[in-house]
Amino acid sequence: MPDATFRITTGRGESAAFKDYTTHITEGMVVLDAVHQIQAESAPTLACRWNCKAGKCGSCSAEINGKPRLMCMTRLDTLDLSVPVTVEPMRAFPHIKDLVTDVSWNFEVKKRIRKFKPRAPDAPDGTWRMRQEDVDRVQEFRKCIECFLCQDVCHVLRDHHKHAEFAGPRHFVYTAALEMHPLDTENRLEHLKDSAGLGYCNITKCCTKVCPEHITITDNAIIPLKERVVDEFYDPLTRLFRIFRPSK
Amino acid sequence: MPDYQTHEHDVIVIGAGGAGLRAAIEAAASGGLSVGLVCKSLLGKAHTVMAEGGMAAAMANVDDRDNWKVHFADTMRGGQYVNNWVMAELHAKEAPDRVRELEAWGALFDRTGDGRILQRNFGGHKYPRLAHVGDRTGLEMIRTLQDHGIHQGIQVYMEHTVTALLQEGPPGGGGRIVGAFGYDRERGRFRVFKAGAVVLATGGIGRAYKITSNSWEYTGDGHALAYNAGADLMDMEFVQFHPTGMVWPPSVRGILVTEGVRGEGGRLVNKDGRRFMFDDIPDLYKNQVAADTEEGWRYVTGDKNANRPPELLTRDHVARCINREVKAGRGSPHGGVFLDIAWIREKIPNAPEHIKKKLPSMYHQFKELAGVDITTEAMEVGPTTHYIMGGVRVDGVTQMSTVPGLFAAGEVAAGLHGANRLGGNSLSDLLVFGKRAGEHAARWARAQSAASADDAQVEAAAREALAPFDRAGGENPYQVQHALQDLMQDKVGIVRNEHEMAAALDGLAALNRRAAAVGIDGNREYNPGWHTCLDLPNLLCVSEAITRCALDRRESRGGHFREDCPDKSKDFAGHNTVVQRGRDGSMHLRREPIAPPREDLKRVIEENK
Repeated sequence: MPDATFRITTGRGESAAFKDYTTHITEGMVVLDAVHQIQAESAPTLACRWNCKAGKCGSCSAEINGKPRLMCMTRLDTLDLSVPVTVEPMRAFPHIKDLVTDVSWNFEVKKRIRKFKPRAPDAPDGTWRMRQEDVDRVQEFRKCIECFLCQDVCHVLRDHHKHAEFAGPRHFVYTAALEMHPLDTENRLEHLKDSAGLGYCNITKCCTKVCPEHITITDNAIIPLKERVVDEFYDPLTRLFRIFRPSK
Repeated sequence: MPDYQTHEHDVIVIGAGGAGLRAAIEAAASGGLSVGLVCKSLLGKAHTVMAEGGMAAAMANVDDRDNWKVHFADTMRGGQYVNNWVMAELHAKEAPDRVRELEAWGALFDRTGDGRILQRNFGGHKYPRLAHVGDRTGLEMIRTLQDHGIHQGIQVYMEHTVTALLQEGPPGGGGRIVGAFGYDRERGRFRVFKAGAVVLATGGIGRAYKITSNSWEYTGDGHALAYNAGADLMDMEFVQFHPTGMVWPPSVRGILVTEGVRGEGGRLVNKDGRRFMFDDIPDLYKNQVAADTEEGWRYVTGDKNANRPPELLTRDHVARCINREVKAGRGSPHGGVFLDIAWIREKIPNAPEHIKKKLPSMYHQFKELAGVDITTEAMEVGPTTHYIMGGVRVDGVTQMSTVPGLFAAGEVAAGLHGANRLGGNSLSDLLVFGKRAGEHAARWARAQSAASADDAQVEAAAREALAPFDRAGGENPYQVQHALQDLMQDKVGIVRNEHEMAAALDGLAALNRRAAAVGIDGNREYNPGWHTCLDLPNLLCVSEAITRCALDRRESRGGHFREDCPDKSKDFAGHNTVVQRGRDGSMHLRREPIAPPREDLKRVIEENK
């Protein structure tokens, strides 16, 4: 099989720039294999994050030929190798070095979301009963591997840098998983409206397109949350009702 | 003195997989203690995330004949009776509570018809016992612990590597642990973590082998840290080769294919279409295996009167059977055998949907990485280095090692699994003993008087960490790592003999010399070449321990198979193999007798035979 050239972001800060590396390609290789091979052959200091190499941990997020993807799940035989393959770090987060970005903001945002608060157990032995159908809906959201590709592609973060006011698709999926959890009793709607900036999302569905776990982020998580926020805070009938019966 | 930053805590946990997170949560929950959690990756990325099948706990939700006694007996039988029976008992008794606790923290397991936690069949477990979420149970577990843990006031140090433990007295002398030394991966700045207790939860050693299901993090750090501090390592000869890793294409070789495929009815066949697992049933399991394929199918579909298909025998046995087929020239085109789940369409109407629902990530993994649709085609699979049963020798109740103040939990600890781990017993191990380690580390730390790290130890650790930069232009660390992986794969792999292992020891000595000469260019900022230089001594340490223990055990038992001594031997049934660092720095091996189980536990084992 032929050699292929990878045009990879190297360096840090102002001095970061593309550098071309050529390496030998074998059957079934993915972009992460190529990066590892380049590391071992010619660029031992080339930095990238990875762990499982099987699409389960969400560490090796990058932009391949301009598209946010997991390097471990992008097969080279799906790319045009007659031209250099560009591999860049995610753009929505501060660059650290080479392919590594500072994603710590995501961990901070998550901490601010109120945690799971279950109802009292259903059975005397302290356990709960749940129907598979109710569990299924939330399991979709819990497939999330926190690769942050949805955050990377979202224009509110990527282009408008609203990190201080907007939690991003990942955390709407997280909040949806909590809000729709069959046992949860917490209310996170005010947080969604005021602190998490749910209103900034104008449902362009880019996040859904890049999700490697195929979570229907916009339709199944964000839109239902928007509806709940509207029902809670903007529905005229509810507001009228509240005038006569102030909320608890 | 080197430049470093100091962080003071009561308890430091190294590793943030299932065991580390559970230990940190427990230590923090004890109240009033400061807990630090140090991990090499980002939070939530640890290897636990890859666990697929489920966690074993005798909750009896699916089969009411199950209870802790059966689980205990299964674990001991699977481990070929060299397990630490104290741990096996605690594990079987406490696992159900640990699973229910996860549910109280938000985990969403698959359900039974009456709304309880569903349990599935797995190799070596007599009854359906694994609580699961499709085939992504590890992700559910780590995310639940992570999302609970971030609200417990634990200080998390992401992307930090620990390279040495700090202790009273001379380094390696076994004195009380007072902290740990390491660096942050982003900038390469040194850190000293002062603590009254340190919990190792660093996982395994899979990167010592070429074909492995393990991630880059599995470099035996915790094993080597403990060994270098003077602690005992035990049972290191027992490495588990999971029978079903991917074999094609080459770049995915070793990636795990969950045992859940066989739990759902998947069958192993050779190139002649023969279901070869029926050809070789070990004595210990003679009464527990299906007579034919029909009975096997009834078992996986819940018939309580049926016995398991032979595909659901223990991993050591299944791996060796696959190895035998391949060596006999009856393998698949790329050197494995076929694992077929698509055949169940003969049995159920909506088979493709059923497979996608029960094994979503396997479907995804084969579709995207190998171009194989598992609902219509067979997978090609072969053994892959998966788990080490051996590790730090600990007290079964407290998880404290032989070094005061040093605790270990999860894969890095030895004892629970004996010579072979049953699938599903790892996730429950993480929870049961993670909790115990956290609890006892907290108790220990509370009782300690203040102690401080010896400057000379910090200085030595810093010097050692920086040495590869002084040798810029030295050998490429990746080459040494690859040579080590080839050596262990070829000579101390799934089938072993005296001659090859003796050669492996020579090879390791040579690699030790090469590792001492590796060099790296560049600076300390997020430099994977430097990190690899620092991984090498750990990988070499565990490789030597595995080889020496395997040479000493002149029999075949569980994960340890010797073609020159292919049978189990009474001479080796009564002890564990232990290595410890000698004063001269060389590895000393001894045999530690196993205390006989309590009378009531002996009866439990007999009753369940």
